[in-house]
Amino acid sequence: MSRKFLSGNEAFAEGIRLARPQVISAYPITPQTIVVERLSEMVEDGSLSAEYVHVESEHSALSCAIGASAAGARAFTATSSQGLLYMAECLYYAAGGRFPIVMMNADRSTALPWNIYGDQRDSLSQLDSGWIQSYAENAQEALDLALMSYKIAEDKRVQTPYMANLDGFVLTHTYETVEIPTHEQADKFLPPYETDNRIDFESPKNMAFSAGPDTNYIFKYKEHKGILAAAEVITETEKEFAEIFGRHYTGLTENYRTEDAEYIIVTLGSIAGLCRETADKLREQGVKAGVVRIRYMRPFPNKEIADVLKNVKAYAVLEKDISFGNEGTVFTNVNSALKKAGVDVKGYNFIGGLGGRNISAGDIENICTSIAKGTESVNFIGIGGEDNGK
Amino acid sequence: MANKAAESISREEFFYGHKACAGCGGSLAVRAALKVLGPNAVSVLPAGCMSAVGFNFPQLCFSNNSIISTFAGTASMLTGVEAGLRARGYKDFTAVGFAGDGGTADIGIQALSGAIDRNDNIIYICYDNEAYMNTGIQKSGLTPFGAKTTTTPAGSNIHGNIRPKKNMFEIAAAHDIPYAATASVGYLADFIKKVQKASQIQGTKYIHVIAPCPTGWGVAPDATVDIAKEVVDCGLWYLAEYENGSFKLNHKPKEFTDVAAYLKKQGRFKHLTDEDIQIITASRDKKWEFIHKNFEL
Ligand SMILES: Cc1ncc(C[n+]2csc(CCOP(=O)(O)OP(=O)(O)O)c2C)c(N)n1
Ligand code: SF4
Repeated sequence: MSRKFLSGNEAFAEGIRLARPQVISAYPITPQTIVVERLSEMVEDGSLSAEYVHVESEHSALSCAIGASAAGARAFTATSSQGLLYMAECLYYAAGGRFPIVMMNADRSTALPWNIYGDQRDSLSQLDSGWIQSYAENAQEALDLALMSYKIAEDKRVQTPYMANLDGFVLTHTYETVEIPTHEQADKFLPPYETDNRIDFESPKNMAFSAGPDTNYIFKYKEHKGILAAAEVITETEKEFAEIFGRHYTGLTENYRTEDAEYIIVTLGSIAGLCRETADKLREQGVKAGVVRIRYMRPFPNKEIADVLKNVKAYAVLEKDISFGNEGTVFTNVNSALKKAGVDVKGYNFIGGLGGRNISAGDIENICTSIAKGTESVNFIGIGGEDNGK
Repeated sequence: MANKAAESISREEFFYGHKACAGCGGSLAVRAALKVLGPNAVSVLPAGCMSAVGFNFPQLCFSNNSIISTFAGTASMLTGVEAGLRARGYKDFTAVGFAGDGGTADIGIQALSGAIDRNDNIIYICYDNEAYMNTGIQKSGLTPFGAKTTTTPAGSNIHGNIRPKKNMFEIAAAHDIPYAATASVGYLADFIKKVQKASQIQGTKYIHVIAPCPTGWGVAPDATVDIAKEVVDCGLWYLAEYENGSFKLNHKPKEFTDVAAYLKKQGRFKHLTDEDIQIITASRDKKWEFIHKNFEL
């Protein structure tokens, strides 16, 4: 175990080095670029033994990773924003073919207007593509998720590709002190990739075939079961992780001061830290505030969310995305979880940070005050009654 | 040389029980190539007729390892398969793609260009039936001038496809690829020889084989091989190779057969006027001037 001062991108690259992927397909896009640069340096200096493929587009990046996974190799790629959208066809393809590829996505706004800064519209627009989706809060978690991602994705019960999301710039480019496990520890935790879903010269296979109406639906059902099975596998994996590396994670969600909370903010990614600080401050003022950080958007933590929100007076969902013409995607998912569980609590949606716009501690305090008083069901942070967003 | 390769070809079938139309030139090309490449070929097929007729679960028709790629992703999936198998320690295999003209010259050209640029050790075979057949005979970048398709109707305004065929063979060669070749299922021994040669060359190999589609071309199912021969004999297609920086012509017709006769046999060219046929003949002659100047014999 060593300590280094690393950005989120670099920490993720260290985690990938420890996971020993055999094929890496790389195409640059800000703010993901650094992760593929670091990996190329690792291949160059021999500290990572992998085929490093300079593909000519994101569509090819994922297509190449699918080919490698079909060949039985552990595959990695990374992207962001327009790149993620450009490879959308292949996202569904990888999931339907049950290829447990790991991809890092640096969450970034999508055009138009062009914008390179962080919001989560890129990955949240792909929730239905059949990938596991995690959202890291800091560089240490990014590294740890890189290592855990393969174990979760490759588990025979799961066999589903894994998208690890890091908030663009706020996490990808911010430096923190990070603990890096040794290769011995990592190898003990993550065995080499073994799969039946691969090219086999002893008993040749036809893969990625067509299936008509009668059978297609069975394959889709199995795909759904695979991603659901990840919930349990994530918990098991984190337990094993804690035993070897001594760091504990909390499954699909992470709760902060929620036991007696009357008001809870549900959010995801790197903004959670500021939410927790604000909750502390509000508690000093006598407001019983708490925070739920969603760590995984797929599988979605239906039960965890319903359990934690069932006794509050009101909750807010704070998210950096919008499903145009409706509301924030996370809000839709949270409300659905509560409805299924028969929980009837007032919930409000706060959309902010689009195109990288800052969300301040004051904004978060205001969220808590306004949900205590009651407000619009969908609110846009920093845009008053009028369109003053400039 | 050519005959010897044809004689030694395996009797084993690797593409069997598929649902292609009777007389399909594409399936003939796939079948012959796999006989040459054998059980250690891993084939990648994008959306298109050959994947549509061969992979309908549970009726799976390849007896070698085979996989469908996305429409645009033939070459990049080949790259991944090749890299993945190599990373796992395999040496004795061939990653081969079979893509239609649309999958090659239009949507998949970026991935193909990328793979050639990296010089990935793959064979890419384009079976050229001169249109998007699987979606119902629409124009592709390789549909020849004058042809009627469902998106280039032959009326008084449009009169069929008004653009010439993209030259994929020379586009591939312009990357300075280790090996590129043209072929026709009408000259099967030549095609087989080229597949065999490609399998022995390191780096990216591109073979462009004319593979008539009776359904789309409007010819009888038993006319495929003849019409694929005739397109070469009348000079509208040529058999050539690119290797070590130079072009070589493999077959020089002593005298061209009649272009009009070739065209008039096919439903897709029925509407052509004498003037259209003159344009086609003139462009053929221009092409052959170029071939004589730039290709070795
Ligand atoms: C991204 C995408 N766009 C469109 C299609 C629909 N599509 C399937 S096959 C095909 C035509 C294939 O034509 P070609 O490559 O010439 O092969 P052929 O069918 O003639 O064998 C099209 C347009 C698709 N599968 N994927
Ligand atoms: S439509 Fe043409 S290319 Fe497609 S299977 Fe039939 S004959 Fe072959």
